[in-house]
Amino acid sequence: MSHAETDSDHTRRDFLYVATAAAGAVTVGAMVWPLIDQMNPSADVLALASIEVDVGSIEPGTEIKVMWRGKPVFIRRRTEEEIEAARAVALSDLPDQNAENANKPGADAADQNRTLDAAGEWLVMVGVCTHLGCVPLGDGSGEFNGWFCPCHGSHYDIAGRIRKGPAPRNLEVPQAAFLDDTTIRLG
Amino acid sequence: MSGIPQDHYEPKSGFEKWVHSRLPVIALAADFLKFPTPKNLNWMWIWGVVLTVFLMVQIVTGITLVMHYIPSTDAAFASVEHIMRDVNGGWLLRYMHANGASFFFIAVYAHIFRGLYYGSYKEPREITWIIGILIYLAMMATAFMGYVLPWGQMSFWGATVITNLFSAVPLIGDDIVVWLWGGFSVDEPTLTRFFSLHYLLPFVILGLTVVHIWAFHTTGNNNPTGVPVRTNDVATVKKDTVPFHPFYTIKDIYALALFLILFVVFVFFMPNYMGHPDNYIEANPLVTPAHIVPEWYFLPFYAILRAITEDVWLMQIMPFTAKLGGVIAMFGSILVMALAPWLDTSRVRSGRYRPQFKWWFWLLVVDFLLLMWCGSQAPTDTIASISLLGTAYWFGYFLVILPVLGITEKPLPQPKTIEEAFEAEHPKPEAGGKAAATPAE
Repeated sequence: MSHAETDSDHTRRDFLYVATAAAGAVTVGAMVWPLIDQMNPSADVLALASIEVDVGSIEPGTEIKVMWRGKPVFIRRRTEEEIEAARAVALSDLPDQNAENANKPGADAADQNRTLDAAGEWLVMVGVCTHLGCVPLGDGSGEFNGWFCPCHGSHYDIAGRIRKGPAPRNLEVPQAAFLDDTTIRLG
Repeated sequence: MSGIPQDHYEPKSGFEKWVHSRLPVIALAADFLKFPTPKNLNWMWIWGVVLTVFLMVQIVTGITLVMHYIPSTDAAFASVEHIMRDVNGGWLLRYMHANGASFFFIAVYAHIFRGLYYGSYKEPREITWIIGILIYLAMMATAFMGYVLPWGQMSFWGATVITNLFSAVPLIGDDIVVWLWGGFSVDEPTLTRFFSLHYLLPFVILGLTVVHIWAFHTTGNNNPTGVPVRTNDVATVKKDTVPFHPFYTIKDIYALALFLILFVVFVFFMPNYMGHPDNYIEANPLVTPAHIVPEWYFLPFYAILRAITEDVWLMQIMPFTAKLGGVIAMFGSILVMALAPWLDTSRVRSGRYRPQFKWWFWLLVVDFLLLMWCGSQAPTDTIASISLLGTAYWFGYFLVILPVLGITEKPLPQPKTIEEAFEAEHPKPEAGGKAAATPAE
């Protein structure tokens, strides 16, 4: 065991061991990272175009579903009664107090903060249940006459806010804006 | 390799000696086949062999199916129908593969509950048990990803729901899900990586199986009495054991034949009985099926996942959401099973000599079936309550009953040796007394 004979020799060898191990760890890390990162979204998936949707033909009380970034988006034109019902809900009755609106970050979940227009007629939401990603059923379904997710029984009201069931958040409102009276731009 | 003394292979012919001195592979196989196995094993000790055979069936049918399957969102569904209609014998290969997965799980559940009843998980077989749990987890991952490949409605929505489980992870959950998907929803990149991993994992299972067998060949098999084989010397070992071949090879092949008859009944006469009709509709990202159910073998754990809602009182005091709570409960239910060797405080291995344990054990089996039924039902408040009850018992069994029962229960007297137990059950014939050739049942 000659390497242990003097102190200086000992230190030098220890240094070499540590340095070799460190270099090895860095090399392994550098090799593993590309293997993990290749699973992240590729450039073509990230290059997501925004889409424009013609909503001129939607009657009050009906909704359409469009595909955007591989997910369904609900665009509902609400009736006066629906707007009234949604605005009558007290904030304290809502499990999720956040508007979850990408256009109004940080706003509370009042109905006014959920809709695209101030009058509350246009409700645009990503149609993906915040529980485990199913598409909720619309047309006034569920116990709160909004949307109902059949997978695990989450009930959303007519403003797309979670009211009952396992989902933790309100349906997400994506970045959206009216380009003109009948065209909505998503993204 | 073995911790049980046994007669070892001696090369006889010149050729055998030539091979043996270069690569002792014949010795490895011969000693493996002649492994001293307790002579009192009952019919619940057939499942290991059944499982090994079904792993082979899945690998062989899987490799042939891959020759015709196309992993692409445009072509996957059509290529499966192409296998069903056009490929020679393709329907047979696919039905064997799909039903083979179900039968694989029937066998693994029988195998696991056998281990739980006879205390096979206890010292010194903890590592065998842990590796078994790892195999089971790998089986579940493989089955889940395989179910996605036909790209039907249940494939797509099952994949969506299960991958979304990971979004419950605090802080990085959403990033994990995007990473798993390779996009912003289940899509082409998800399908192709699932295909890659579905091909890989069975070989991981094969490797784990080898280690699983290695581990219990080191400790020796458990047996219905739970009394260990006496390992003083080869002569004593022979009093408690018989060589695996021919005694257990023949017995296991017989049991396997019966099990395979049941298997072919499903393959030929009711191939879609355990599947779901929605999976014959091509995946549609805009429409969720009215009722998403996983394959039957996932139902108990699916029920545990759904049992945790905001209404559960425990969730009111937990610093996380019910969604995360459900995911923790689901994975936790398998974790507590993995910890059974350390949670069970009883020094008596076999349930045969534990009068109270028996009842709790059979209640666990009923609980498992009850949860399975709950998982298949539409999510209502009643079902959630029953599932919660079932979940509570599952955790209660491992976390409370196993530790407490070992201290409070008074076990029945155990036989001193396997030989003694065996002779009590199978008295030697009176005339002659040459009982050496009496085979195990």
